[in-house]
Amino acid sequence: MNLKATAASSTSDGTSDSSAPRRNSKKPKYSRFTQQELPACKPILTPGWVISTFAVVGIIFIPIGLASLFASQRVVEIVDRYDIDCIPETLRNDKLAFIQSRETNKTCTRSLTVPMDMKSPIYVYYELDNFYQNHRRYVKSRNDKQLQSKKNENETSSCDPEANASNGLPIVPCGLIAWSLFNDTYRFSLSSKVLEVNKKNIAWKSDQGHKFGDDVYPKNFQSGGLIGGAKLNASKPLSEQEDLIVWMRTAALPTFRKLWGKIEVDLEANEQITVVIQNNYNTYSFGGKKKLVLSTTSWIGGKNDFLGVAYLTVGGLCLFLAISFILLYFARPRPLGDPSFLSWNSDPAGHMN
Amino acid sequence: MGAVQIQAQDICVGNIVWLRENDEVPCDLVLVGTSDPQGICYVETAALDGETDLKTRVIASACMGLSPELLHKIKGAIECPNPDKDIRRFDANLRLFPPFIDNDLCPLTINNTLLQSCYLRNTEWACGVAVYTGNETKLGMTRGIPEPKLTAVDAMIDKLTGAIFLFQIVVVIVLGIAGNVWKDTEAQKLWYVLYPKEGPWYELLVIPLRFELLCSIMIPISIKVSLDLVKSLYAKFIDWDDEMYDHDTNTPSHAANTAISEDLGQVEYILTDKTGTLTENRMIFRRCCINGTFYGNESGDALKDMELLNAIGSKRPDVIRFLTVMAVCNTVIPLRSQNGTICYKAQSQDEDALVHAAAHLHMVLFNKNGNTLEVNFNASVLQYEILDTLEFTSDRKRMSVVVRDCQNQSIILLTKGADEAILPNASSGQQIRTYVEAVEQYSQLGLRTLCLAWRELNEDEYREWSLLFKEANSTLVDREWKLAEVCQRLENDLEILGITAIEDRLQDGVPETIETLRKAGINFWMLTGDKQNTAIQIALSCNFISPEPKGQLLLINGKNEDEVSRSLERVLCTMRITSSEPKDVAFVIDGWALEIALKHHQKKFTELATLSRTAICCRVTPSQKAQLVELLKSREYRTLAIGDGGNDVRMIQQADIGVGISGREGLQAARAADYSIGKFKFLKRLILVHGRYSYNRTAFLSQYSFYKSLLICFIQIFFSFISGVSGTSLFNSVSLMAYNVFYTSVPVLVSILDKDLSERTVMQHPQILFYCQTGRLLNPSTFAGWFGRSLFHALIVFLISINVYNDERSEKEELSMVALSGCIWLQAFVMVVETNSFTVLQHLAIWGNLAAFYVINCIISTLPSAGMYTIMFRLCRQPSYWITMFLIVAAGMGPVVAVKYFRYTYRSSAINKLQQAERLGGPIVSLGNVEPQLKSMEKDVALLSISQPNSRNPVYEPLLSDSLTSSRRSLGPATPFDFFPTQSRLSSTYSRNCSDKMETMEADEVSVAMDKLQSQNEIL
Repeated sequence: MNLKATAASSTSDGTSDSSAPRRNSKKPKYSRFTQQELPACKPILTPGWVISTFAVVGIIFIPIGLASLFASQRVVEIVDRYDIDCIPETLRNDKLAFIQSRETNKTCTRSLTVPMDMKSPIYVYYELDNFYQNHRRYVKSRNDKQLQSKKNENETSSCDPEANASNGLPIVPCGLIAWSLFNDTYRFSLSSKVLEVNKKNIAWKSDQGHKFGDDVYPKNFQSGGLIGGAKLNASKPLSEQEDLIVWMRTAALPTFRKLWGKIEVDLEANEQITVVIQNNYNTYSFGGKKKLVLSTTSWIGGKNDFLGVAYLTVGGLCLFLAISFILLYFARPRPLGDPSFLSWNSDPAGHMN
Repeated sequence: MGAVQIQAQDICVGNIVWLRENDEVPCDLVLVGTSDPQGICYVETAALDGETDLKTRVIASACMGLSPELLHKIKGAIECPNPDKDIRRFDANLRLFPPFIDNDLCPLTINNTLLQSCYLRNTEWACGVAVYTGNETKLGMTRGIPEPKLTAVDAMIDKLTGAIFLFQIVVVIVLGIAGNVWKDTEAQKLWYVLYPKEGPWYELLVIPLRFELLCSIMIPISIKVSLDLVKSLYAKFIDWDDEMYDHDTNTPSHAANTAISEDLGQVEYILTDKTGTLTENRMIFRRCCINGTFYGNESGDALKDMELLNAIGSKRPDVIRFLTVMAVCNTVIPLRSQNGTICYKAQSQDEDALVHAAAHLHMVLFNKNGNTLEVNFNASVLQYEILDTLEFTSDRKRMSVVVRDCQNQSIILLTKGADEAILPNASSGQQIRTYVEAVEQYSQLGLRTLCLAWRELNEDEYREWSLLFKEANSTLVDREWKLAEVCQRLENDLEILGITAIEDRLQDGVPETIETLRKAGINFWMLTGDKQNTAIQIALSCNFISPEPKGQLLLINGKNEDEVSRSLERVLCTMRITSSEPKDVAFVIDGWALEIALKHHQKKFTELATLSRTAICCRVTPSQKAQLVELLKSREYRTLAIGDGGNDVRMIQQADIGVGISGREGLQAARAADYSIGKFKFLKRLILVHGRYSYNRTAFLSQYSFYKSLLICFIQIFFSFISGVSGTSLFNSVSLMAYNVFYTSVPVLVSILDKDLSERTVMQHPQILFYCQTGRLLNPSTFAGWFGRSLFHALIVFLISINVYNDERSEKEELSMVALSGCIWLQAFVMVVETNSFTVLQHLAIWGNLAAFYVINCIISTLPSAGMYTIMFRLCRQPSYWITMFLIVAAGMGPVVAVKYFRYTYRSSAINKLQQAERLGGPIVSLGNVEPQLKSMEKDVALLSISQPNSRNPVYEPLLSDSLTSSRRSLGPATPFDFFPTQSRLSSTYSRNCSDKMETMEADEVSVAMDKLQSQNEIL
């Protein structure tokens, strides 16, 4: 090993010198944020606050509940389940065969009694039950681009298995949703006079305006071997096919109602409405009910007691809690913040558990 | 002459490095030349081993006498071992090449080296050959490789994440199977779904995989981002903290590791270095007792005591002699600088303090040249010839010099040393009672005492003794022992002159800090390279251990395995018995015994370590410090190591949290540490304020993150039950993404400003740290609470949404938005309920976020291409939508608030109580009503000790009884019950060893008495 005569060291000198002139510069800058000293209010759960909060919530909720319940009660609703009754008694053993056959007469006449005066507009809904419009396979099976504009006619991705017709051409509108379009029809008459049902403006304006193009016409629709639901008038653009637009707003729940039309005359109590139903739609294979619903509306929506009942329940519980906290407060008063309650003050053995 | 100045990093092995005085040694060197003709140089090794006195190093014998010119031309070979971390060993040899005559192998030892990070002192220059550089130096090897640190909170979060992952797998499997079954039965009837009769083989996996996708949000990815964000802010808060800025040294605190702030709140053990960490490492002469007169008692500073100054002025002989011993009896070297001032170079800080004090009292040591020594007293120069120096050894505990007074040619022996080494050798007939009292009094004040004495020798006696001394000095066998024997012959019949009291100044606020942190339930261990007595003295003065009646020191010593084993066994036995007593028991162990104990009795030592709240380990090496940290860590304790020197680096890196004091021993520790602070006292704030808040905030933030993810995930799962278990997502992907990343992450981020208790309250009640230490705020059971809450909230949101939005309104986009906004509303109110202190920012984040949700969704609702086009406008116009929201909030939060209120008022935790007290205003100062209970406790304890005669075994005797200071009493304001909560903490935390502790209890009556005591405690 060669011991070269080089090298000297300077380690500490430099650092100690350089720190000297920079005095008074390292002190952190003061601000209330950096010192975590922002003014803060510290609410604590005092009996007064908690009890009055519960009481106030209870007092506010009960009237709202009553109002909701009252509104819901004022809605007049006629519900008629017709899926079984519309099959002739003799064929009821094999409902599926009845509905799938082309020969059978599917017309059926129902008579409804108006229970109370109904102010127009009276909404006509059909209600399906056990129908999974929210099934993943179903809900995905559509193509919004295709619906929107003519130039996207060939866009049938995600529409499987109803993307292309047997001849390979794209189906417009493609997908399972459109293919399974509801196809029962209703004709209303009031004492043998036809009751006009307005089928216009039953779909959302925004859907008609932006989601369904006015230059898109049905093509190759329901042309395959398997017929799903309704056929579409090929001469009408999609934006005017309002039944389709309503149907394509998929429901989130397996039981749902869809708007079919509006009756724009008032109905009086005890009037008899005759409905001629064309019972085409197959709910029999999966045991789903079909109902016809005529309903008025209120500020809270249709007939739904849930909100009212829930509000009354929650309001009642809040009042109950408020009262029981008051009782508890008097039965077992606890002076807040007595330091002698601190375990290390009160209990030298310090059982902090 | 060919020497160039280069960077320390450029030094290669084999280079000759020239150092000047006060340089830091840049790498490990073999010393080949110094400015001293005898080839000696002085180094300060404090950064390496914590010892403050200067050490001498000699050049390799082969290089003796080489001139600086020759050193430049030197050539040779050094054979040295592979780099290791043993700083007390260096077995190498050196051979010089011709023309250097000495062609033999010259052995090298550690005495021939200059190790990295030492400082060259009192030597004009030195030069050496670099043998180890960079990370291969002794210090570098000691340092070890830092491991990435994971906090206990992180570990807990990981565990919980794992549990949630398992839960997710179970959900996926169950739903996957259910989905497949449903598909094969029910879905076959759904003609409109058009399931193919025969699917491909992987068809079975499709539904489980869809559920896996749906449930993947169950584990919040945002938690990692949020945590990193808030953690860096915790660190910033430490950097910014005004109250942790050290004005004296102009150093702010700094968090180098931004990831472990929560651990600060969970510390259970603090291992601290002594020198420079607890003490300022600066000795100051404070008081003295000369010939029975106490000086400095009134003012606390003898140098300003008029009585003493008057005595000097009137040249009282006893005072003069006292000052002579102070000025002469030492190995201090005076150096005169250019401007005439004299500075002293001392090997020990004590001597330095004495000489300085003597100089202040007009007895100025100003020249030491060879054997002559000159002292300037009141403008007259006194000359002394040094005849012999009887060096200090730790066995003798004293040092003496024999000088000839050149004024009257008399020969005098001057001695100074520990009281127990000097007082027994006093001349018969001398009253030593006042001195004993003085020592006792000074020790109580935590001062280091030295006893000064002298004796006039007559010529014959000295000559006779001198021969013996020379003979002993040249013996080869047992030289030290023989020397001691010879010295003993001279050092008797001494005339005691007085006692000096030197203060090793504790750093500002050290006792208070230690007391507060011990109240907080943190155990302290002192690991120092320094001597045992010094360590104990410092420990006493900084509240580390309690003085005799309350505290007790147990000594573990021994030179071989057997002795250590027996000693350990005895201490352990005592410790087991006393662990239930309200007594501060600490054990003291030195490096030797520690090494044996760790090697052969690891299990016993570990038990001891867990039983003892306090320990003092002296004369330990850096690697032993690290070993001790490792030992505590292996028992799953959270450790914090604090130190300031290079010798603490290893321990700092090993510990869960390393804190470095940027102090006088250099910056190495501060650089290696996770946190660097300017003073030890800042540790209190670091742990109690920053650590505690960080832990609380992280605990909330992490659980909240899980809560909100689970909430949305549960809704998806519930929805799958009404969508034919097909894996449909209720929410669209944009909403889901925004929910996790934006709507719920922003409000929770402001929880970094949340404070459950004010800083002042925490400082007053450090016991509250208990909640953090034991992880009360983040553990499986609190997590289960959050899990249950998310399940409950999901049910509320889901049930209300689907019941309000049913029938003609069951449009999927609408329902999904209703459910989502229900979640957002609940989030906001959960934040409100869980936030303790609202600042502007909190309000802004919580309510601003809610508003932002509506703004953002309204904007999205204006885009025709978006799936939710016009949805938000439709909803906002419906009264029932708003009514639904209020219902969700009331139904979701009502039970939460009710339960919280009930627990807050009727099952309140200590935190709640303090919050309430804080609200009522004013600090809650601890009260005196505990006193009577305490008394009754003491009675029981007394009873206990009567019933156990075997407690009087040898170790039970106080360690300090071997000095005269055995009956020290505390003057410090000892709080009468500060150990109780922690005592119980011990028993709760250590319950794992409690059972076997009870079994090993031999004496029946002891355990009976213990039972009694415990039941008594429970009643109390």
